[in-house]
Amino acid sequence: MTVTSERTRQATTDLPPAPAPAPFPTGTQRLPMAKALNLGMRRALANDPRALLMGEDIGRLGGVFRVTDGLFAEFGEDRVVDTPLAESGIVGTAIGLALRGYRPVVEIQFDGFVFPAFDQITTQLAKMHYRSQGRLKLPVVIRIPFGGGIGAVEHHSESPEALFAHTAGLRVVSPSTPADAFTMIQQAIASPDPVIFLEPKGRYWEKGDVDLDAPLPAPHGGPADLDHARVVRAGTDVTVVAYGPTVATALKAAEAAAAEGTSIEVVDLRTISPLDTATVAASVQRTGRCVVVHEAPVLYGSGAEVAARITEECFFHLQAPVLRVGGFHTPYPVAKIEHDYLPGLDRLLDAVDRALAF
Amino acid sequence: MSTSAPAADGPLTDDGLVQLLTPAGERVAHPEYDAWAAELDGERLRAMYRDMVLTRRFDTEATSLQRQGELALYAQCLGQEAAQIGSGHALAPQDHVFPSYREHGVALARGLEMTDLLRLFRGVDHGGWDPAAHGFHLFTLVIGSHTLHATGYAMGVQRDGLVGTGDPTRDTAVVTYFGDGATAQGDVSEALVFSSVNQAPVVLFCQNNQFAISEPTSRQSRVPLADRAPGFGVPSVRVDGNDVVATYAVTRQALERARSGGGPTFVEAFTYRMGAHTTSDDPTRYRTSEQEEHWRRRDPIERLRVHLERTGELPEVFQAQLAAESDAFGEHVRAAVRAMGHPSPHSMFEHVYATPHAVVESERAWFAQYEQSFVGPDGRTTGGHR
Repeated sequence: MTVTSERTRQATTDLPPAPAPAPFPTGTQRLPMAKALNLGMRRALANDPRALLMGEDIGRLGGVFRVTDGLFAEFGEDRVVDTPLAESGIVGTAIGLALRGYRPVVEIQFDGFVFPAFDQITTQLAKMHYRSQGRLKLPVVIRIPFGGGIGAVEHHSESPEALFAHTAGLRVVSPSTPADAFTMIQQAIASPDPVIFLEPKGRYWEKGDVDLDAPLPAPHGGPADLDHARVVRAGTDVTVVAYGPTVATALKAAEAAAAEGTSIEVVDLRTISPLDTATVAASVQRTGRCVVVHEAPVLYGSGAEVAARITEECFFHLQAPVLRVGGFHTPYPVAKIEHDYLPGLDRLLDAVDRALAF
Repeated sequence: MSTSAPAADGPLTDDGLVQLLTPAGERVAHPEYDAWAAELDGERLRAMYRDMVLTRRFDTEATSLQRQGELALYAQCLGQEAAQIGSGHALAPQDHVFPSYREHGVALARGLEMTDLLRLFRGVDHGGWDPAAHGFHLFTLVIGSHTLHATGYAMGVQRDGLVGTGDPTRDTAVVTYFGDGATAQGDVSEALVFSSVNQAPVVLFCQNNQFAISEPTSRQSRVPLADRAPGFGVPSVRVDGNDVVATYAVTRQALERARSGGGPTFVEAFTYRMGAHTTSDDPTRYRTSEQEEHWRRRDPIERLRVHLERTGELPEVFQAQLAAESDAFGEHVRAAVRAMGHPSPHSMFEHVYATPHAVVESERAWFAQYEQSFVGPDGRTTGGHR
């Protein structure tokens, strides 16, 4: 590699050498989502020499959430790139690198910081394959820690998924578990399409089992790909559709409802674009009731799209209107009251009760 | 640290312009750039002259086609032929160009089928050529966005180890074209930042044609545009953009710096948009005929023609051949545009994604079935249900 500058080299020599990377773990491990994402990217970097990571503070610091911890030491500054502090520039240069045959994985530090790059994502990245009649491939992943619940200052807790899902040319996905995070980040990097990869930052440190030896399913085509929703808890009375941070909420709600004699089926949407209507519709045709829950504001949110499609596809199966639970039509509020804004267990169960009582 | 006030003419000053051909077509010496122009013998100057003449013919034909309703819109490059052909001829085959949308001359120098450029303006596709075939990316209409693509592409060239090898057939540079208006965009500043800190092999080629649609360059900057780049750590040069020899020389130097690992250069080619912004524009609302006449007397093609005639490098037989070639080219442009055909409505669903997307596929299937519902039993369309 040729781009190590003299100045960077000098700065490096002032610091103690980074510890040698630990061997890649094997077997099934209980890991937090942040570590699962880290290992997924580590495997992608090791397997694909054209893959590289770009973002603010992702190198020596390992990212503000430490999701890229250790990768700079292992793969070097040409493949784990500390970029200038300019989101449009990060995504714009990632597009150029992709046009040259690289597979950039961009980290946007926080959801609220993605908007300087909005033109590059929606106008350039999303449309270039279409404009070129398929001649130009744009395998770019934009990782965005999203959602709230961490007591942060403003612009650090937002859920902008509908803004991207509304743009043709982008795929928009969000894992809800460490296992899915490990698999889906690798699939996103392998996908020939641009992928907006929304990481539920409030769940970064929740642990789950991850099979590190399982073969990686293809990114597209097949039930375990990036394009399919998954029933994560079977039930008979109400379908709750969730994704990202609200899947855990939905599972807790199902547990609480079960104690009261209500059987909730939970669908983890996993992908917001494309929307896997078939999996949701099959569930609602069994239960007759549907509640969608996300942290993003309800107005024009992805829940509205689910509700409209389920109403069309399941009209004669529905016992109640599809109900939505989510954020209000306000800016994300201050941290001291964010849990009154976020759709928690009680608000979700209230909607379930309303659906049942209809 | 400079604390001086902006130049009296602000961004339109003549100060510091590199010029090798005067407006009267006289070759003048330059201590730094003569060496970079030395390889331009009579034959190569004639090749540039030919490309400038054909570029103008293309411009004229396309403008007429728009007036005849054959194109929805057209953006002329009239008056900017020297800036485009001079820089275009300085490129190596392995170099890659990221144009804005007015770089018809550069496209011609890169060997594109010129009528492919007009598919966009006719509305039959968004970009009708293969960027890899000629190292010429699609046009970018959102001002300045592509300067970042060029910078990222150049960062990829670095990672491919194609900078500073010393092999002139392998060392690769990237050039991106944009206008004076684009320099106000954040993306252009970010391209300067990213190209500078990475020492990316990219030439940021600004054609200052003095207008962003109607707004003069003084609405974008208080200082010459090239003066901004050194603050980013990017060397810059101002060149007479109506002087094809000087434009060639400064671009050659900048490309060589990029290929050899010396990093980016900002070139400001100071020129004049002799035509309208596009066929929808009306320049009489914002500039005077006196000003237009002033710049008509600095016509870049005329300047080279006079120079070639003076030096005995423009034989009559060449001129006659070029006139015939230009006529045939014009005929080809007219015929090719009229023969472009109508895109299938089903094509709108093609290439939205590289791999099938369930929503697009279901909408594609629905639309096909809907269209089919208009076809009667005799296989002909009924023209609608109502």
